[in-house]
Amino acid sequence: MKVLLLRIAHARSGDKGDTANVGVIARREEYYPFLRTELTAKRVKAHFAGIVEGPVERFELPNLWALNFLLHDALGGGGTLSLKNDAQGKTLSSAMLRMEVDIPPTIILPDEGHV
Amino acid sequence: MDCIRIASGQGFWGDLLTAPVDQLTKGPIDYLVMDYLAEVTMSILQKQKKKDPALGYARDLIPLMEQILPLLSARNVKVVTNAGGVNPLACRDAIFDVARRIGISPLKIGVVRGDDILGQLEELALAGVLLDSMETGDKLATVIDRVSSANVYFGAAPIAEALARGADIVITGRTTDTGLTLAPMIHEFGWRSDEWDKLAAGTVAGHVLECGGQASGGNFAADWRAVPDLAHIGFPIAEASPDGSVVITKHKGTGGLVSQQTIKEQLLYEIGDPTTYITPDCIADFTTIRLADDGPDRVRLSGIKGRPATDSYKVSMSYLDGYTAHATLTYAWPDAVEKAEAADRILRTRLADLGLRFDEIRTELLGVNSCHGPLAPRPDIVGEVVLRIGVRGREKGAVERFGKEIAPLILTGPPGVTGFAGGRPKPSEVVAYWPALIPKSALRPNVIMEEQ
Repeated sequence: MKVLLLRIAHARSGDKGDTANVGVIARREEYYPFLRTELTAKRVKAHFAGIVEGPVERFELPNLWALNFLLHDALGGGGTLSLKNDAQGKTLSSAMLRMEVDIPPTIILPDEGHV
Repeated sequence: MDCIRIASGQGFWGDLLTAPVDQLTKGPIDYLVMDYLAEVTMSILQKQKKKDPALGYARDLIPLMEQILPLLSARNVKVVTNAGGVNPLACRDAIFDVARRIGISPLKIGVVRGDDILGQLEELALAGVLLDSMETGDKLATVIDRVSSANVYFGAAPIAEALARGADIVITGRTTDTGLTLAPMIHEFGWRSDEWDKLAAGTVAGHVLECGGQASGGNFAADWRAVPDLAHIGFPIAEASPDGSVVITKHKGTGGLVSQQTIKEQLLYEIGDPTTYITPDCIADFTTIRLADDGPDRVRLSGIKGRPATDSYKVSMSYLDGYTAHATLTYAWPDAVEKAEAADRILRTRLADLGLRFDEIRTELLGVNSCHGPLAPRPDIVGEVVLRIGVRGREKGAVERFGKEIAPLILTGPPGVTGFAGGRPKPSEVVAYWPALIPKSALRPNVIMEEQ
């Protein structure tokens, strides 16, 4: 079943120069394996087409049921150089949660994620 | 030594002014740590110091000190802060002035100096310290005549030294945010400089505390509706133990929330490779962190592993790199989006007709796409939209002229436009950021103690 990532994960993003980081955290331990298989660096790069100019790196934090993504060249230069309203990439976390992921319906709690 | 309670009082310069007072009055704490410095702050402070040699530090600290100095001495709470900016001695003297005025004595303040290397760049270059950009590899020589601030990130060690020498308050310039929290642990527990796991644990605690309320329910994405009473949010507190385990909590009766989810979101904030979180004190491995519930609004962090520190400090430099200006206009229904886009085309045509050159012109529609860009679906009908146009360029004159082309759109562009109060947009300087590494052997932090 395809669901919005928002239903099974939460996220926070921030900046380091022109690179944004997005931490994606599974809402339950059972969801984490699906984050690992569904959210490949390649798919995330494709999702952010038109926003992220550079490569996407992915790191795993299984203890926290989380993945960390580095989105390079994503902030229009970063810092005070950037002309973007969201120059620090604060809302790229929720942009990430617009992704669709494939997950068996049997393991999703019906009220998860307020969607 | 039992556990000590280290409280976050400010996550950035401009944070909630009541937070440090709440931390002191709503429950027991041993240390109040306050982070005031962002990258761009150092450049602003250098500018202020140039105008007035008695400035160049986070001035918010002084009225705060007037308010809390009596509480600090009554409750035996020590303060660690990087509010010193580029003039920590002036910051110290301003605190002493306040203390004299309100009759707080004795007061011992430790100042960490040596991080400001703006005046030593050429000397360092002659000594073979090149400070090339660690992001692009570019030579510092390409921007050195435009550098407006240059500061080394020191770690916890000099702060711990100041505490060991009896400081009631420690004022630093550029210090890692995490070092502010780690230093009291090193001091109280006598951790050695090669106890990497413990130093990593203190560093992780520092990372949780460094953004204030963002660890205790602020900006919480998992379930923001479930966070009680954000109006009275309690900032996070680290209860640190000598063995390196840490409980993150907040004062009872305050608003906000401390849960595994709020802590996870903050742990992932602004990190890179989680196995290699580098500070001057150690390398912390965030993949080793174990979280456990420890009662209401209490989360225990344990199992944290660290590795030896590197032999470099990070240097943060800023340099002036042209000018920007922004303009906004609001377009109302009907056809709000189409009218905003038409106005943008008209403006760009006029700028081109004038022969003005910019490095970038960026157009965003607030309410439509300024956050999620092409990922946001284009709405069929909106009540209104804000057209936001920014320009960046080397020539101040061109950026200034852009500002004069906005108001004419009101009477010579599409209809239904408002929201242009505030006058012509003015150029502001672009402060670009130049990160570099410097060998630890090239300089030493210097701790100065003074009692009054």
